[in-house]
Amino acid sequence: MTTYYTETHEWVRVNGDTAIVGITAHAAEELGELVFAEGKDNGTEVSVGDAVAVVESVKAASDIYAPLSGVVTEFNTQLSDDPTLINKEPEGEGWIVKLRISNKDELSRLLSADQYAAL
Amino acid sequence: MSVSLLRTPLYDLHVSLGAKMVPFAGYEMPVQYPTGVMEEHKHTRQKAGLFDVSHMGQLRLKAKKGGVENALAAFERLVPMDFVGLAEGRQRYALLTNEQGGIRDDLMVARQKDDLFIVVNAACKDADASYIAASLADECEAIRQFDRALLALQGPEAVNVMNQFFPDASSMRFMDCIETTYKGHKVTLSRSGYTGEDGYEIGLPAEIAEGFAKALLAHPDVKPIGLGARDSLRLEAGLCLYGNDIDTITTPVEAALSWAIQKARRPGGAREGGYPGAEKIGQQLQNGTERLRVGLQPEGRAPVRAGVELFADETARQQVGIVTSGGFGPTYGAPVAMGYVKTSFAKPETKLFASLRGKTVPVMVKSLPFVPAGFKR
Repeated sequence: MTTYYTETHEWVRVNGDTAIVGITAHAAEELGELVFAEGKDNGTEVSVGDAVAVVESVKAASDIYAPLSGVVTEFNTQLSDDPTLINKEPEGEGWIVKLRISNKDELSRLLSADQYAAL
Repeated sequence: MSVSLLRTPLYDLHVSLGAKMVPFAGYEMPVQYPTGVMEEHKHTRQKAGLFDVSHMGQLRLKAKKGGVENALAAFERLVPMDFVGLAEGRQRYALLTNEQGGIRDDLMVARQKDDLFIVVNAACKDADASYIAASLADECEAIRQFDRALLALQGPEAVNVMNQFFPDASSMRFMDCIETTYKGHKVTLSRSGYTGEDGYEIGLPAEIAEGFAKALLAHPDVKPIGLGARDSLRLEAGLCLYGNDIDTITTPVEAALSWAIQKARRPGGAREGGYPGAEKIGQQLQNGTERLRVGLQPEGRAPVRAGVELFADETARQQVGIVTSGGFGPTYGAPVAMGYVKTSFAKPETKLFASLRGKTVPVMVKSLPFVPAGFKR
């Protein structure tokens, strides 16, 4: 499985037509300790750049954008009890939503780990 | 054209402490340190937090003829507060009103031996200084001290820390304000703040501010606290943020700040009226208002923030209010907010509904503050 990145600090891991989306360690650190996370309802259709979730720190709410077009299939419900999982393991247990992706061609527009690190 | 931001005398110190600097009211200010907003907030409630509030404006108001009594009497023409009756060494929360009864700014005013010591909001300080000076030009001189630093040390341990620098600190009561010295320099010390905790604010010359801040930070109970935690602390304490919760179109009565208008200035009082907007504010004090500022607690964990609309029921058809400040209360352990609602919906424990990202979330009206104040009265 390859992990891709966006300029808006999401990561996305693609396996077949399923994509797991989260935010990068850098983004999690910038946001600070999170107090709330919520995904769009399952079944919501999203295009690249649409909000798929929202995370909130003490001081602000931040949208998480869809790196790929598709349908929201799952929100990481562990985050409802403990949104700080995103701070603790941003690129692991702290994943945010799963998407069923509709257009694999969009992968070519995402960043590699090296490209993201160079931002 | 680029907008150049001002820096406080503690800018270098903030950077050296690893602060994240953001633009605020024309200044580059620390929003948080590596500790993070959550921990900074809790530390202030448990120990002592050091805030740089040098961006705020310090003023002195002095009578051109006679003593401080003349300045107090003149100042009452601009605010609905009793200043003639304020004792020397005492500080009072005040509101500059406009002709419509709205609020130009909220401020802290202390009666000192020879003059009034005034602290105003950063974003309003130039306008306030000009307005006060022009309005009272015949009797008073308004002296800007915008180059001085202002620090706040807040939290239950603040008294023990301050006592090491100022032996008078522990004998002060909440809202006392004294002139004292630090290393031979004149400083103004008040027992007040913007967190709901016991604490102090210290006005001092810019050149000694960094040294003094470092001396405070050397104490194991003191940590630097940024604007992020300052906001969540004041929100839990139910304190208004000018520009969000109060502004030129909210009146003191609508803002639930009637407690700040003393009897002497109310209808029927010894010196009733005589300030901008007195007719409207006087009427509202007697008859009430159509809307009121209230505390709000959303159900669940999702914060509701400024601008979120409030409705009478789940259908979200009848709007009855709006959120003016909101976020998460780290000490309260839940989201907290305040806003304006129609008076018939202002009773604590009234259930309203917020429209949040296309959903309706139940929100309870709550009495303020969310976290009890720790003042030493």
